[in-house]
Amino acid sequence: MPDQVLFAIEVMLNGLMAGVLYALVALGFVLIFKASGIFNYAQGVMALFAALTLVGIMEGQVPFEHLINVVFGTEIHGFGWTVPALLAIILTMVVMVIFAWLVNKLVLRHLVNQEPIILFMATIGLAYFLEGLGDMMWGSDIKALDVGLPQGLNTWIDETTFNLFGYGFYIDNLDISAAIIAALLVAGLVVFSQYTKQGRALRAVADDHQAALSVGISLNYIWVLTWSIAGFVALVAGIMWGAKSGVQFSLSLIALKALPVLMLGGFTSIPGAIVGGLIIGVGEKLFEFLVGPLVGGATENWFAYVLALIFLVFRPQGLFGERLIERV
Amino acid sequence: MIYREAGQYRTSYLDDGQTFPIRLDRWAHWLLIAVAVLVVPFIINDYWANAILLPFLIYAIAALGLNILTGYCGQVSLGTGGFMAVGAYACYKLMTSFPDISIAIHVVLAGLITAIVGILFGLPSLRIKGFYLAVATLAAQFFLVWLFNRVPWFYNYSASGQISAPERTIFGLPVTGPETSAAVTYLFCLAFVLASAWICRNLTRGALGRKWMAIRDMDIAAEIIGVNPLHAKLTAFGVSSFFVGIAGALFFSVYLGAVEVGEAFGINKSFLVLFMIIIGGLGSILGSFLGAAFMVLLPVFLKNVLTGGLGWPTDLAAHLEFMIVGGLIVFFLIVEPHGLAQLWRLLKEKLRLWPFPH
Repeated sequence: MPDQVLFAIEVMLNGLMAGVLYALVALGFVLIFKASGIFNYAQGVMALFAALTLVGIMEGQVPFEHLINVVFGTEIHGFGWTVPALLAIILTMVVMVIFAWLVNKLVLRHLVNQEPIILFMATIGLAYFLEGLGDMMWGSDIKALDVGLPQGLNTWIDETTFNLFGYGFYIDNLDISAAIIAALLVAGLVVFSQYTKQGRALRAVADDHQAALSVGISLNYIWVLTWSIAGFVALVAGIMWGAKSGVQFSLSLIALKALPVLMLGGFTSIPGAIVGGLIIGVGEKLFEFLVGPLVGGATENWFAYVLALIFLVFRPQGLFGERLIERV
Repeated sequence: MIYREAGQYRTSYLDDGQTFPIRLDRWAHWLLIAVAVLVVPFIINDYWANAILLPFLIYAIAALGLNILTGYCGQVSLGTGGFMAVGAYACYKLMTSFPDISIAIHVVLAGLITAIVGILFGLPSLRIKGFYLAVATLAAQFFLVWLFNRVPWFYNYSASGQISAPERTIFGLPVTGPETSAAVTYLFCLAFVLASAWICRNLTRGALGRKWMAIRDMDIAAEIIGVNPLHAKLTAFGVSSFFVGIAGALFFSVYLGAVEVGEAFGINKSFLVLFMIIIGGLGSILGSFLGAAFMVLLPVFLKNVLTGGLGWPTDLAAHLEFMIVGGLIVFFLIVEPHGLAQLWRLLKEKLRLWPFPH
C-alpha cells in the first residue's frame, strides 16, 4: 500500500481512540439529559474536578491548604502520606456522590419547573463555581496523574503492522486501555439500566417524569443517582485525559469537544453518543491530516462543530435522537 | 409617596405609547442622561474610564445586542465573542484601508458587516432550535476565532498576529491610539450606547419586536398567526449581531487598542455577555445595563476587597472570584430567574403603593 494510505489509516485509528474519549464525556451529558432534561454544561468541569480530587487524595494534599495557609498564617503542606490508586478512586467517587447530592439539594430542587434554558444557565454557573472550587481546594498547578495504566507505544501493534505493511503504526497503550475501559463502562451501564431495579427506575424517569412519579419512584433519589453516575463517568474521563495530558484547566474544555458529539448523535441516545464520538474523533483527525496543511492547521478547534452544524441542517434531531413532535 | 401615577392623565395616543409613562421615570431618565453627558466627562479620570466606565458602556452595547437575540427572540447564542471579533477585525481593516473616513462611520460599518456574518450563522436557526442551536452557535465562535488567527490578511500580515488601532480623531480629538483622553473616549462610547439603547427600545416595542417575542414564546403558534419565522429570526440575528459588532469594534479600537483574538474574544467573552443578560434580565433593555454594570463591577469590587482589603494572593482571589460569580449566577436563577430588571419592576410596584399598600 502507498505510504499516504497507511498514514491515513494510522491517523484514523488514532482518531478512533480520541473518539472513544469524546464519547465518554458525551455519555455523561446524555445520562443527565435523559433523566432530568438538563443540559449539564458542567460535565467537563466535573471531569476536571474529579481528576483534581483524585490526584489530591493520592498525593495526600490537605484540601484548601493554600487558603488555610493564607487566612490562618499556617504552613501546611500535605498530610505526608500517599493513598493507593484504587482507594483514592473510591474516595473520589464518594466525593462525587456528595457533590451530586449537594447539587440536587441546593440547586436543582429549587429550579424544578423552570425553563430548560434557565437550567442550562444554572449549570454554567455551576461549572464556574466548580472550577473555582477545584482550584481552591487542590491548587491550580498542572499535576501528573498516574493510576498505573500502561503508557507509551504499543509494540505488538507496531511490530505486527510493520511485518504486514512495512510500516509500524504508532498507537498509544493508554488509548487502547481507554477504549477497553470505555467499552466496559458502557457495557456496565447497559447491564445496570436493563437488569437492576434502580436502572429500571432510571429508564422510567427518562421516559416520563409524571408517570414515574405516579408509580412511586422518587425523583430526588433518581436525580442524585444520575448525577452520581455522571460523576463516575466524569471521573473515568478525567482519569483518561489526566493520564494523557496531565490534570489542568484545559481538561474542562473537553466538554466543549463533547458538544458536537452530542449534536451529531442526538441528546437522548447513548449509542448516538458513542457513534457520534467515533465519527467526530476520526473526522477531525482525518480532516486535519488531509485538509489541515492547506488552510494553516489547527482545524481541530472548529471542524467538529461545523460538521455537526452541517449535519443538523439535514437532520435536526441528530443521528439517533428522538424526533421532536411539537404541538401548539 | 412621590413615585405615583395618580393624576397623570394620558389624553392622546402619543402619550399612551411613550417609553416612560410615569412622569418621575421620565425625569429620572433625562436627569441620568444629563449627568452622564454633562457632569461625568469633567470628573472622569483614567482609572474610572478604563476600569469601570468604558467596559461598562461597551459591554452594555453587547448585552443589548445579545438580549435582542436571546431575550426577545429566544434564540440562545454562545457565539457573542466570535461576533465581537468580527466587529473588531472589520473595524481594523476599515481603519487601515480607509484612513480618511471618520472612525464613527467605521464602527457603524463594522456593525453592518457583523450583521451580515450574524445572519449567515443564523441560517441554521431555521432548522434547529433550543440547545442544538446554542451548540451550533459555538461553531461560529470557534470558526471565527480560528479564521482571524490563521488568515494573515485579517491582521494585515503583522508579525505578532495582533491587531492594534492606529490613531484616529473626531473633531480633532483622538479617540483611538495612545494619546486619548478619558473624557473623549468616554463620550464617544456613550454616544454609541445612547443611540443603541434608543434604537433597541424602539425596535423591540414595534412590530418587529412583537414578531420576535411571538417567535420566542412559541414559534409554531407565531407561524400560524402569520409571523414569518425566516424573517423574524434572521432580523433578530442581524440586529443583534449589528450591536455586538459595534461593541466588538469599540472594545478593540477605543478600549483595548491592541487585540489578540483568542484572548480577547474567546468563549469566555460569550459566556460573560450571556451572564450579563441573565443576571440583568432577559428581554429587558434596562436589564442589559444592570447586568453589564453588575458583571463589570463585581470583579473590580472583589479584587479590591480580597487582594486590596484582605491581602490575599491574586491567584487565590481569582479562584474565589470564579466561585462567587458561579454561585451568584445560580443564586440569581433560583431567587429571580427574570433578573435584576424584574427586581426593579417589583420595587416600582411597591413604591407606587407605598406607604399605603392596601
